[in-house]
Amino acid sequence: MFNPAELNVIGKPIPKVDALPRCTGKLQYADDLTFPEMLFCKIYRSPYAHAFIKKIDLSKAKKIPGVVKILTGEDFSIPFGILPVSQDEYPLSNKEVRYVGEPIAAFAALDEESAYQAAKAISIEFEIVKPSMSIEESLKQGMIHKSAGLEFGDIEKGFLESDDIFENVYFYEGNTHLALEEHAAAAVPDPDGKLTLYSSTQVPHYLHRTLAKTLNLPPSRIRVIASPNGGGFGGKSDVFSHEIVVSKLALLTGKPVKISLTREEIFYLHRGRHPTLMWLKTGVKKDGTISSMHFKSLLDGGAYGSYGVASLYYTGALQTTTYKIENYKFEGARLFTHKAPCGPKRGHGTPQPRFAIEIMLDEVAEKLQIDPAELRKKHLVQSNSITPNYLKVGSMGLGKCIDKVVEGSGWKDKFRKLPYGKGVGLACGSYICGAGLPIYWNPLPHSSVMIKLDRGGGVSVYCGQIDIGQGSNSMLAQVVAEILGVGPSEIKLCCADTDLTPVDLGSYSSRVTLMVGNAAIQAAQKAVDLLKKAVSEKWGISEDKINFKNGKAFNRENPDLSLDFSEAVQLAEAKFGAVCTVGSYTPPKSPGEYKGSGVGPSPAYSYSASVVQVEVDPETGIIQIEKVWIAHDIGKAINPLSVIGQVEGSVYMGLGEALMEEQTFRARYNGVHKAPGMLDYKSLTSKDMPEVETYLIEDPDPNGPYGAKEVGQGPLLPIPPAVANAVYDAIGVRIREIPLHPEKVLFALKNKAPKRSFPSFHAPKVIRVPLPSESPTTSLLSSDLLRSESLRVDSSPSSGLPPSSSGAVSS
Amino acid sequence: MIRLPEFRYYRPKTLKEAVKILNSEGEKAVIVAGGTDLFPNMKRRIQTPSVLVSLQQVKELHRKISYTKINGDQEKRLVIPSGLTLSEVCENRLIRENYPFISKTTSSIATPLIRSMGTIGGNLCLDTRCTYYNQSLEWRESVDFCMKAPEGKLDIPCRVAPGSPRCVAANSSDTAPLFCALEAEFHIVSQEGERTIKPAEFYREDGEFYLNKKAEEILSEITLPSSENLHAVYLKLRRRGSFDFPVLGAAAVLKMTGQKVKEAKIFLNAVSSAPIEVLESEKALIGTELEEEKILEAAESARQSAKPFDNTDFYPHWRKEMVGVLLKRALLELKSRKT
Ligand SMILES: Cc1cc2nc3c(=O)[nH]c(=O)nc-3n(C[C@H](O)[C@H](O)[C@H](O)COP(=O)(O)OP(=O)(O)OC[C@H]3O[C@@H](n4cnc5c(N)ncnc54)[C@H](O)[C@@H]3O)c2cc1C
Repeated sequence: MFNPAELNVIGKPIPKVDALPRCTGKLQYADDLTFPEMLFCKIYRSPYAHAFIKKIDLSKAKKIPGVVKILTGEDFSIPFGILPVSQDEYPLSNKEVRYVGEPIAAFAALDEESAYQAAKAISIEFEIVKPSMSIEESLKQGMIHKSAGLEFGDIEKGFLESDDIFENVYFYEGNTHLALEEHAAAAVPDPDGKLTLYSSTQVPHYLHRTLAKTLNLPPSRIRVIASPNGGGFGGKSDVFSHEIVVSKLALLTGKPVKISLTREEIFYLHRGRHPTLMWLKTGVKKDGTISSMHFKSLLDGGAYGSYGVASLYYTGALQTTTYKIENYKFEGARLFTHKAPCGPKRGHGTPQPRFAIEIMLDEVAEKLQIDPAELRKKHLVQSNSITPNYLKVGSMGLGKCIDKVVEGSGWKDKFRKLPYGKGVGLACGSYICGAGLPIYWNPLPHSSVMIKLDRGGGVSVYCGQIDIGQGSNSMLAQVVAEILGVGPSEIKLCCADTDLTPVDLGSYSSRVTLMVGNAAIQAAQKAVDLLKKAVSEKWGISEDKINFKNGKAFNRENPDLSLDFSEAVQLAEAKFGAVCTVGSYTPPKSPGEYKGSGVGPSPAYSYSASVVQVEVDPETGIIQIEKVWIAHDIGKAINPLSVIGQVEGSVYMGLGEALMEEQTFRARYNGVHKAPGMLDYKSLTSKDMPEVETYLIEDPDPNGPYGAKEVGQGPLLPIPPAVANAVYDAIGVRIREIPLHPEKVLFALKNKAPKRSFPSFHAPKVIRVPLPSESPTTSLLSSDLLRSESLRVDSSPSSGLPPSSSGAVSS
Repeated sequence: MIRLPEFRYYRPKTLKEAVKILNSEGEKAVIVAGGTDLFPNMKRRIQTPSVLVSLQQVKELHRKISYTKINGDQEKRLVIPSGLTLSEVCENRLIRENYPFISKTTSSIATPLIRSMGTIGGNLCLDTRCTYYNQSLEWRESVDFCMKAPEGKLDIPCRVAPGSPRCVAANSSDTAPLFCALEAEFHIVSQEGERTIKPAEFYREDGEFYLNKKAEEILSEITLPSSENLHAVYLKLRRRGSFDFPVLGAAAVLKMTGQKVKEAKIFLNAVSSAPIEVLESEKALIGTELEEEKILEAAESARQSAKPFDNTDFYPHWRKEMVGVLLKRALLELKSRKT
């Protein structure tokens, strides 16, 4: 399809196209925006984790000078939520508040201080109720948001066939995104009654839909512009109360209204990692073959639905994409608690089970006396295969990833050979490259790109995608530049503006490079085809002899014959009219047809392997990370510089989760957040960050643009279990929960660690699904079908999931 | 974003002028130096003074670090003006050469940005800290405030130790225990004139009223003891390699005659509202040659005496265990330096 030798832009480590404005402070984030006559908004939030609102008295607040408009729950009657099944939040709460920080009233004033003073002057009579602050308590109370049970094959038979059975309980603490840019939004009413909302959001399209719904306006009267995000990590992929509130205030006052949240408020709107209690039972044969796996997860969901249904299914979905598992069963439930709602954070629902599996494999390897790297390599899922839960794996570079980190780290000379206190640990992971389904039921493309060529040679690219710092703007520019033969920095990008750009579903589930990239290839290919036709006519040679490169069209056979790109555009415009083309992408249909099969399918899967070296101080329990080696199967690195940045960022975040980050609450004191600030919520500083050696494995995937797969999330997955395995290698204690606080390490060393137990839990309903090998529908799947074309546009809905329970998303 | 509340701001040029303003403004005036502690607290509405008196332009507080002869004293003593920033103190040649442990201690405070703004005086007068106190007004409202931040209410118990008659917020200044152990001298200036006080007497074991100093008194300078025969170290425990306040600190100062310990001063911080002197540990060391078992004995005494509360990062029982480890390591460091 593409001749790698001919690539001029793809695969080159170029600086991001928007690096200069980002680095010089010139980029306008939502908080930088100001408009004439703009009002400022502050939100009054619940001081209690669980309470009923008896009476709201606004008389004092109304008297604060400068106050223009006050909203309460009475001003909103339509609920919202990111998933169609979880429309359970109101912009402002009217009756019941379910977490500390839940929005109750909004105040628009001439200046920020007056809005703040007005919020302070509100007086509310609450009836305080005892909150439920733990998984165990909520399970007892029956506060189950959603449960799921799926069995593929027959696990009991699998356990009978195994030689050894391993069983353990694991706990993964909740943690938050900590994007540096605090959420902000500015709503601007147009004189014609329309409304524009600027917001730091990862999902302008879903925000657009939700505003239309909650404000009861046709979408055509609302314009959403996603301002550049200063980091997202999944924390800006819900629609939030403040976005709806400022929009309503702008409509009611006729003035622009802006809100900039404080760091503390962001800890409350959260939607981060679900604290997850897990139970894992694995049956293995003597050679390490996994004949059976039974996994249970209980997720602490916080107060509202958010992406929770998807998060729950994700804890059970991707176990199968790394190592062959013959029979597999997943049971899980997401519980409501009276805490800030959880949702998608980098890795969405998959770092928790990955933590459990990768530690358990370390234990299996030890028992069977097989090197952990060898054990994994022996049982890898094959490329172009189908997993027991019907996920189609295309390219699969995990074996090469393992080889790289084993070699780079000197694993063979270190594992079980370093002096007491020092150790190495290995773990792997796999992640989706975009979800197979959108979050609301529709047969439309997931991503579209529009290209307009100017007579002067300018190339404008329009796309709904939003760069949240991951580099998707550069990816888009590079893909188009490659095909049109111009420089990436020459390209004008117009992104994430619902009035001007075709829809892209958003920056979540690691979908942008694959989906936007494919749509961009299609649009650019159509454009260059028009140019080639026009030039071929002028030169009287066939189109395939024409090549676009360095801003010129060349005759391949006679490179002296060339003309400027702008001339080519003019020739095409004269012949066809304005040169405007479009491209769209819809993921291929997934073979799974069972209820719940909507979560997990993806056009491709990325793979990573990591070795972490630690030094543990046995006297204090303090863990120093000495070095991290990580290999990531990226398919094809469109921009290696960006890719390495994403890998290192994932390592950074994974180490934070492994060692210190935790979003925890004080049950004894009204359920307040323990540390809602960046000094007390601990994440690594540059002094704590070890050296990271990154290896990129390029095993091109037929579904990826130029073979590219994701990198934004996957490389986080191996880190926490690799740290835990390294700690075991260093001091011989197995710790099956994170964060690995020094207290825990010391306790474990003294054999005093409290043992976690898993409450009795069985999914009320378990759907039994025959294995693909036993199923009549999938036996038809030939390898041709598995290797679907990269630009295939498939518009049919692709799963048995009814619209009411569709949930196929990730952070 | 959170912003500062409104306040009136004075920027006097001399100590005399500063003292006069503080005196006339009375209760409502608060001293500010670098503001790295006070301003974050004001943003969270923990403190809301209506008048601030800045020391940034007061020339006497920004003199060079230099030797002075003390009245009738033959020795030269080094004097640090309180308005110098932590970076200035850290990088000063006289300090680096004669009191390297002060350089090392100051370099462990906060972050480079904060150190180039925060002063040594502000560090020594640093407000005590607690996970129930260093929170926003809204957060403290949720827990109905606490003893140290009662917000106009009476009889609010301590949230950390509900039975305690006093606030147990932790002394979190890294330099305070070191200056206590060094037996330096603090100079304090007010309308009533100048007085000096030993650091160990400057701090009070009360998280709310943590300094033996009136609000209008200015800490003007610190006089250090002679560095001859002085062996000192401060070790700090914290979660991360930068940024964090101490969850435990151990300062040890030994005066030696030959191989023998003549005098020993050991202070811990972050386990109480003031730097705490551990007399038992001192006793265990005096007259010894820092034999390993003596060091272990001193460390164990300190561990037993320390009673950290659950008001910083990490669990208190772990911090208690770490008292012994940290002091042992501090003393071993001194021992290894000596030989
Ligand atoms: C993120 C962060 C991390 C930090 N980490 C540490 C740390 O690790 N260790 C540590 O010790 N500190 C730490 N600090 C606290 C602080 O930055 C330092 O202690 C600094 O030295 C305070 O000095 P300042 O001049 O900024 O004090 P200011 O904020 O100006 O004042 C602090 C207090 O001292 C009083 N004061 C100041 N100067 C005088 C004076 N001359 N006479 C009388 N009263 C005075 C003020 O009234 C106020 O009550 C940290 C702060 C932040 C924000």
